[in-house]
Amino acid sequence: MLNGYRRPDGRWGIRNHLLILPASVCASETATQIAARVPGSISLPHQHGCCHMGEDYRQVLRTLSGIANNPNTGATLIVGLGCEGIQAEELLKQINTGGKPAGIVIIQESGGTPNAIAAGTAKAQELSRLLAAQQREPFPVSELVVGLECGGSDPTSGIAANPAVGAAVDLLLEAGGSSILSETTELIGAEHLLAKRAVNSHVASEIYRIVNRTEQRAIAQGTDIRGTQPTPGNIQGGISTIEEKSLGCIFKAGSADVQAVLEYGEQIPREPKGLFLMDTPGQDIESITGMLAGGAQIVLFTTGRGSPAGSPVAPVIKVTGNHDTFSKMQDNIEINAGTIITENRPVAETGNAIYRELLAVANGKLTKAEVLGHREFAIFRVGYTY
Amino acid sequence: MIRAICADARDNVATLLETGRNGDKITVETGLDSNTATLQSDVPAFHKFALRNIATGEVVIKYGESIGKAVCRISAGEHVHVHNIESGRGRGDLES
Repeated sequence: MLNGYRRPDGRWGIRNHLLILPASVCASETATQIAARVPGSISLPHQHGCCHMGEDYRQVLRTLSGIANNPNTGATLIVGLGCEGIQAEELLKQINTGGKPAGIVIIQESGGTPNAIAAGTAKAQELSRLLAAQQREPFPVSELVVGLECGGSDPTSGIAANPAVGAAVDLLLEAGGSSILSETTELIGAEHLLAKRAVNSHVASEIYRIVNRTEQRAIAQGTDIRGTQPTPGNIQGGISTIEEKSLGCIFKAGSADVQAVLEYGEQIPREPKGLFLMDTPGQDIESITGMLAGGAQIVLFTTGRGSPAGSPVAPVIKVTGNHDTFSKMQDNIEINAGTIITENRPVAETGNAIYRELLAVANGKLTKAEVLGHREFAIFRVGYTY
Repeated sequence: MIRAICADARDNVATLLETGRNGDKITVETGLDSNTATLQSDVPAFHKFALRNIATGEVVIKYGESIGKAVCRISAGEHVHVHNIESGRGRGDLES
């Protein structure tokens, strides 16, 4: 059993964050200034929330409300300007479905920034007192959803770090938990292997559909994708093509069957448990945000070149297969899977170590990214701003 | 001797585990087996080299799967990277 925070919708948080959530870019600075006055609260400044259309609007709304509905978020104060496309009231309606405490402050109705900060700070303090009274309680490992991410990959990712994370994910799934593999760009060239693991032909065709959609978006640009995928750092490290990157990337998912394909930020179902695929871009921060909006409470992040990435609402555990990178960036990286290469250690041994770290962090141990205050946040857009 | 990993018996490239120089002898590990190879060019750590001659247009195989095609003839032992192989996926420049 693990210890976490029981949420009204039956899910379990492993952190208990008070979120100060701006509905739009126009409310972001005010939200940040409120958060600065309420110890322990987290603001989520972003560049969006207005002048979106269609699927782009729905995706940004789904993402913002999904982050508030993430089980690690204990309570949310929404800060709206008043006139933006994503209305604070609409956001509150989406969040209220989860039954967690939430409040709202509108800058135009409050009469400007100082008044909105004063009203918002008072409401946030009230929410903070509610959260302070909540205690961790035991919950089963099967309620854990881990998001899988790789960033700044090099060939050690495919040889060591990703297979080791895959072994840890297999242990979590054996215990009844769930995982989300993401980064559709990094499925290009490996989609046939995942499609073979789909639970049925519909899921297999969904895997081909999202990979094809992503590839066609790239082709429609009319330019050479190389240098973007793989990135300059991937190439310098020794990854030559997107196919090579993808084939190394999917080892993170272990050996389980694929239960379903989720849209960006779409809520992972409570049942069935198992491995899910989410349609996110290869850009790490946007991809992690999508998985957290989908309900992942914790992230396993592999890196070859080294990455400092964290997240506002979920702990991010770093694993590298590159011994030199671990030596250089120990302040950022938890697990050295490079011993699989340098000392010929079995993959399962590092997989066990990652799984133990996953459970410890779920129980409250802070990750290096949390200690360093890393709270990277970005939303994947699928349309223009008008 | 410098080690390299061949991820799958079907592969025609292997990943070098430390920086190698032209002429270096390499132990290539494939699962429980190992063979030796000789580098025909300098190869940085974790980059690939050819395990056998690869013809122009031939599929380059790592993890038992295609990672692209050779754009020129590649000799056994030569560095395999963006200068001599390329991907055909997501390439808007090829379609336009």
